[in-house]
Order: sequence, then structure tokens, then C-alpha cells
Amino acid sequence: MLERRVAPSPLMAVLSPVIAVALTILAGFALFAALGKDPVKAMEIYFLSPFADAYNRSELLVKAIPLALIGSGLAICFRAGVFNIGAPGQYTLGAIFAGGVALHAPEGAPMIWLLPLCLGAGFVGGMLWGWIPAILRVSTGANVILVSLMLTYVAQLLLDWLVRGAWADPLAFGFPKTATFPDGALMPILLPGTRLHWGVVVAVVAALLLAWMLARTRRGFGIRAMGLAPKAASFAGFSEAGTITYVMLVSGGLAGLAGAVEVTSTLQQLQPDIAAGYGFAAIIVAFLGRLNPLGALVAALALAVTYIGGENAQILLKLPKNAAFVFQGMLLFFLLACDTLIHYRLRLRRATGAT
Amino acid sequence: MPGAAIATTIDDTAPFAGVEPLLTLHRVTKAFGPVRAVDDVSLVLRPGEKHALLGENGAGKSTLVKMIYGVLQPDSGAIRLDGRPMRIDSPSMARLQGIGMVFQHFSTFEALSVAENLAVVLPDRSLRAIRRDVRRIGEEYGLGIEPDRRLADLSAGERQRVEIIRCLLQDPRLLIMDEPTSVLTPQEASALFIVLDRLAAGGCAILYISHRLDDVRALCSTATVMRRGKVVATCNPREETAASLAEMMIGATVQRPRKQATYVGEPRLEVADLRLSSGGGVPLNGLSFAARRGEILGIAGVAGEGQSELFAALSGERLAARHTAIRIDGRPVGTLSPTRRRRAGMAFAPERRVGHSAIGDMRLSENFRLTHHATGVRRGGAQAVRDSFDVRAEGRDPFAAALSGGNLQKFVIGREIARDPAVLIVEQPTWGVDAGAAATIHAALMELAASGAAIVVISQDLDEIFAICDRVAVLHRGTLSDPRETGTVTAEGLGLLMGGVDMAALVEAR
Repeated sequence: MLERRVAPSPLMAVLSPVIAVALTILAGFALFAALGKDPVKAMEIYFLSPFADAYNRSELLVKAIPLALIGSGLAICFRAGVFNIGAPGQYTLGAIFAGGVALHAPEGAPMIWLLPLCLGAGFVGGMLWGWIPAILRVSTGANVILVSLMLTYVAQLLLDWLVRGAWADPLAFGFPKTATFPDGALMPILLPGTRLHWGVVVAVVAALLLAWMLARTRRGFGIRAMGLAPKAASFAGFSEAGTITYVMLVSGGLAGLAGAVEVTSTLQQLQPDIAAGYGFAAIIVAFLGRLNPLGALVAALALAVTYIGGENAQILLKLPKNAAFVFQGMLLFFLLACDTLIHYRLRLRRATGAT
Repeated sequence: MPGAAIATTIDDTAPFAGVEPLLTLHRVTKAFGPVRAVDDVSLVLRPGEKHALLGENGAGKSTLVKMIYGVLQPDSGAIRLDGRPMRIDSPSMARLQGIGMVFQHFSTFEALSVAENLAVVLPDRSLRAIRRDVRRIGEEYGLGIEPDRRLADLSAGERQRVEIIRCLLQDPRLLIMDEPTSVLTPQEASALFIVLDRLAAGGCAILYISHRLDDVRALCSTATVMRRGKVVATCNPREETAASLAEMMIGATVQRPRKQATYVGEPRLEVADLRLSSGGGVPLNGLSFAARRGEILGIAGVAGEGQSELFAALSGERLAARHTAIRIDGRPVGTLSPTRRRRAGMAFAPERRVGHSAIGDMRLSENFRLTHHATGVRRGGAQAVRDSFDVRAEGRDPFAAALSGGNLQKFVIGREIARDPAVLIVEQPTWGVDAGAAATIHAALMELAASGAAIVVISQDLDEIFAICDRVAVLHRGTLSDPRETGTVTAEGLGLLMGGVDMAALVEAR
């Protein structure tokens, strides 16, 4: 039986993700046992192998970078009650914009500006893609969830068309991909011998900036107010249209930046599959991180574990890669269920003495 | 011990002594943490009885009826229905037993229509049958409401009518009414009493929660008075005076504030031909009025006659078409945002506390910031408001949701007065608030006016308007009557205006 708490419980707000992770592991146990795999071994590969050695640990961080960038942006978006689920599209546009700059840089130009230019272009690309749902929502009342989601498919088709047509590499024997980016457009490596690049610094700085904005600035206060009570926020003088536009621009821009970081680091070219699925996984990151940009950093690592663990399980256990997505789905499911406990308490004991 | 003693006295003295009790509460207790919200309370209700439950906010009335209605379970004590012990697990079970309740705060689905909201609680009836019944009951009891209107578009008063209809649709044996007349005109309230009399004559017991002592004296034959969770007295309210009842509730003699004539100066708020398209509500048809330095202007009217629209137009939540439609100290503000109007010297307190003037899931300090960020947030401002307005709440900086209605309203009004406004607009400042808090709020408003501000009080509570306003105008279907000195009009006269009788016709009739 659920009973409403007088005030939201701060303890449960912290505990809920922990319980959710524990329940996910338990459910995973049952799942693997049902599939006839040794559950202990499977869980070990999923949850421990990503931490096993330096290489795995660096890969963990590499995976976490785009998740953290998108997730912290979505966190403030969701905090405002604006459900931007089109991050994959904004990510794709960021990648296209960054790729466009990298591929069309005039030869012999000073290379030192190329990477910042690519990242900046990526941010702008994602912002523009996030701006479209905001404009439609503010001017016509269109549903942000639907418009942002549908724009994801438009973005994917745009990328497809570019890498097969105008931007296709003439030397790729008809494979749909662009030429490799020039060296000046590539992210420098942070730890020699691994793939870990400076994007990790970008992600941490972005999350710190967002956390500061949300907690300390007037704009951040307006975002939190609108998420909790839209009417009270507009009474307090925070324009709904302004807040929606702001959070869509910021979260779109960060998703675009993530796309730009990803194509200038691990991929180094444009191709039809640029792992835009990070944009959906980042929804889980935002919620797991308690809709707090700093929490999103930690949550991004947790999600990265399911990716790396999933890849390792695919190699070692011959499990399908999609098992990782099952884990991500279960995690979000359990998390949302556990979040009920922030506002409600469980009462196992029924009222006594009433007979 | 006192509870048990009273239970026996009720048995002996109640006018329905011969009739089998419908509902008996025996030594019921409910605690929230260390606070005993209801402490050893016993109560007997018989069919056809109109029983008042009196007490200040926080006296435990709501907790008590929530247990009867199955929302809460008692920690100890027994509830008997028809003499049989009964555990009421849920409101749906209560309804199944014939217990209906009209809440003070309505729990309804904003996006659904009136009929659909009723269908949610009456799953076995068709939508068509419900529409028909709503119209029939509306006509029968004068609770007219269009069944296809969306709940979001209804005002508080209209929502209450929906709640009353919801209960009547279920042919209740016991009807619990929580502060039902606070949003009705005197005529409507009398009409409601006729409804309740008719229901009681048919054998339905009525548990009537109110702090309006006149209502209780007009309607009820028995009253149970609660204070701090305990029953402090059981009496026949008709044999008591309003003052003696209030004294039982508060435990001390209450002084009713009355507006003293103050110096009235030049207009500080000027509204000229203010128009607003309907936008889902009531359109405003060219309102013109002024509130002057030192004056409290009352805007009376039944629920849903354009009050929320007028408030939104004044606060800047909706913008006027012309910049000069609203002026503060001569400066036009008609197309400015709420923040810029606050900078021009305005302050506002809307009708709905949680979700409009305050945010339940934010702490008081953050709620303070909501309307102070425009002009700079003073450190410790929230605490200063708590101190000067006697806002009672536990903790250093509690969530607004943890405050009782009266305390939160004191905080909201105090927060706005702390901005030292030139013009203050308040809507229903004491709706659902206990007598003590209402007195504090009224005194604070009068003090602010005396210090030179102009105040507009949009209220459906005529007692309030007569108590604190210098002049009063009536809003009816988005049109405002000419303001008059409060001393020169009667409640009945205002009631006629509120009911839509034309001003000119009224003058001619004289």
C-alpha cells in the first residue's frame, strides 16, 4: 500500500538509483539463468569486466563522453518539464555540421582552428535541430515529444543522403562514407596508448557549467520552477516560451556537440551509422542522474558499463549485442518504479486496532 | 477520557437520541510522526442529522473526515457503520457504503470534461446518462453547470458545484461537506442549505465542516468543536453566539478587524477599458476602475465571472492589447511582463496557493525568491516573513507543501507585502483559511493600505469585502459595475448585482 509523504524524501532520491541498479542485476541474473547461461559468469562479464584493465577502463570513459554530454543537457531540459526525446537527431546534425566543416576546410589553412570550428559547428547544428520543435511548440502548441522524435528520422535520412551522395568519398568503392577528416579536425588523445581523448574534459566542463547554471542563476531557477509548476513559474515572471526555447537550444546544442566530438574522435569520418542511439540511452542517463548535470556524469559511466559489458559478453558468451539494450531498458523501468518511493512510502502493515 | 465522556453525553442529549446511529467513531486517534492530528475523538452521527464540525485550520477536522472517507486509516479506535465495526480502506469503499464527500481542495482531472470526471468515479454509468443527470440535478438544486466543459476552464466555485453534483449522483447516506459555502453568494448559500435540508429530511446525515459560524448556526443542530486534535465541546450552535463558538474554537476571544477610514489620495492603479479575449475563459468587456492611495477596493462576484481573467490581466500573465489599459502611478504597464510590472511597484497573490502563488515542492526560501527575484532577493527574507506573519511550520526551511493552507497563505501574503508594493492585487486572500490566519491577513492588508498602497481584493466572500474594503464593485460576466462605498450598500444589494441584475434597473427600482 502506498501512502503519500508529506515532503519528498531526499534519502530515497539518492537511494532510488541504487535500488534500481540492484534490481536490474537481479533481473539480469534470472534472465541469464533462463537463457541457460551461467548467471554468475555472465554478470561478471557484464558488470566487472569493464573495470578489469586499463584498456577497458579507458574505453568505459570513451563511451561515457557522448552519454554525459547529451545526458546533462537532457537533464536540464527534463527539469523544465520539456521532453526532448530527439537527441539522436540533434546529435546527428551536430555530426553533419562538424563533418561539413572538417571536409570542406581549405587546404593549407591554419589547422589549429579547425577542431574548435568543427565542435562549434556541431553545437550550432544540434541547436538548430532542437530549435525547430521549440519554435513549433511556442507558436502552434505542437507536442515537443512528437516533433523532436520525428526530426530524428529526418536527420538520419539527411546523413544517409549526404554520405551516399554529395559528401561520399570517391575513393571508397561505393561504400557509403566520407573521406577521413584531416588531422587538424581530430580530437587529440589524452592518454597515450588508449583511445581516451580530450572530449572527457569537454564533458566534465559542460556538466559543471550546467550544474552551476541550474543551481545558481536566475535562468536555472526559472527552469526548476517551470518543471515543478508551470503556472507558478509564469506567475513569477518566467516566460514559458523563453524557457522552452532556452532548454531546447542548450540540450540540442550539447547533443550536437556530442555528435561532433564522436565523429572527430572515434569515427574520424561520416557514415550512415554514427551511434546516434546514444541520444536515446542518454534519456536513461538523465533520469539515473536525478536530472542533475553532475549526476548525469556518474550515470553516463553506469550506462557505459552496459555498453562495454555487452560488447564483452557478445565476444565471450556469444550473446547478442542487444542484450545490452535489454539491460538499459530494465534499468530505466526499475528506476522510474523506484522513484515513486521519493514521494510515497510503502506501508506493508495495514491500519491496526480498527477492528 | 474527555472523548469517552463526550461520547456518552452525545448519546443522552442528541435530538435524534431514539434513532439508531448511522456512524459512530469511538476514541479514534491518528498521529503523523510526533503530532497527534486526531487525539481520542468520539462522535455519533444519526440519519437525518445535520452535524457541524468546527475548528481552526490544523485542529484535525480534515484528518478526522479523511478517516471516515477512507483516505486515512486510524492508528487506534473504532469506526462503526450501522452499528457494525467497519474498516473503510479506501474512498471507493466509503462511496460504496453511501458516504460522499465534497472536498475543500478538489481532486479532479483537469483535462477531462465535467461529465468525464464524474464518469471516472461512476464507472457503471454511461456518459450520456451522466450528462442527463448533471443537467437534472443542476436544475433541481440550482447547481447549473454545463457537463461538456473542461475542468481546467472552471473556477474554484464551479468546481465545487461539480463536486456537490458528484456526491448527489451517488445517493449518499452520509454527506461530508468541507467548507462548502466559501465560494458562494449569500443567495447561493441559502439555496445550498435548502438542498442540504431536503437531503437531511430524506434521511441523509450531513457532516458539515466550516469555520463560518453563521452558516453553521443557520444549518446545524449539533456541533462538535475541535481544537488541536481533541474534541473540546459539543453543543447546539443555535444556542450559542458566533463569538462563543469562535472562542471554543480558538480558545480565546477573537477580535474582528474592521477597516478604519484612512486618508484616500490620488489613484495609484488606473484601469481604462481593459479588454481580454476569452481564450477558454470569460472575456473581459472593457473594465475601467481605479484604486487610490490608502484604499482597499473590493471586486465581488460569484465564481467564474471573469475574476481569474482580471487577475491574469493585472498580473501580466496575460497581456492587454493596449499599453495604456493599465497604469501604475500614471505609468502605463498594460503590455509588460509580470517581472517588469513588479519592478514598477506591483505585487500579486492569486487565489490558488499551491501551483500558482507558491510551489509545493520548493522550500520557503525558494518560494520567497519566486516573486522577489525581479527586484533583488533579500537574504533571510523568507525567515523574516515567517516571523512577522507567525507562519507555523516545522524545520528551518520547509517545503511549501508541508504547510497548512492558512500558514501558506500567510506566507504568500507576507511575501508580497514584504516587497512594499505601491499596488497589491489579491484574489481570495482568505479562502479556506482559519479564522486566526484570516484575521492576520486582513490586518496586514489594512496596515499596508494605511501606509499608502492601493489594494485590490478580488473576493467571493462578502463578509471579507464588508470587513476590509472601502469601496466595492461587482464583476458579472466580464463586466464591472460602478464601485460604491461599502458603507452604502447591503449584502442583499450586492447579491443581486452578483446574480446579474442590471445596475441601472436596480437604481430605477428605487
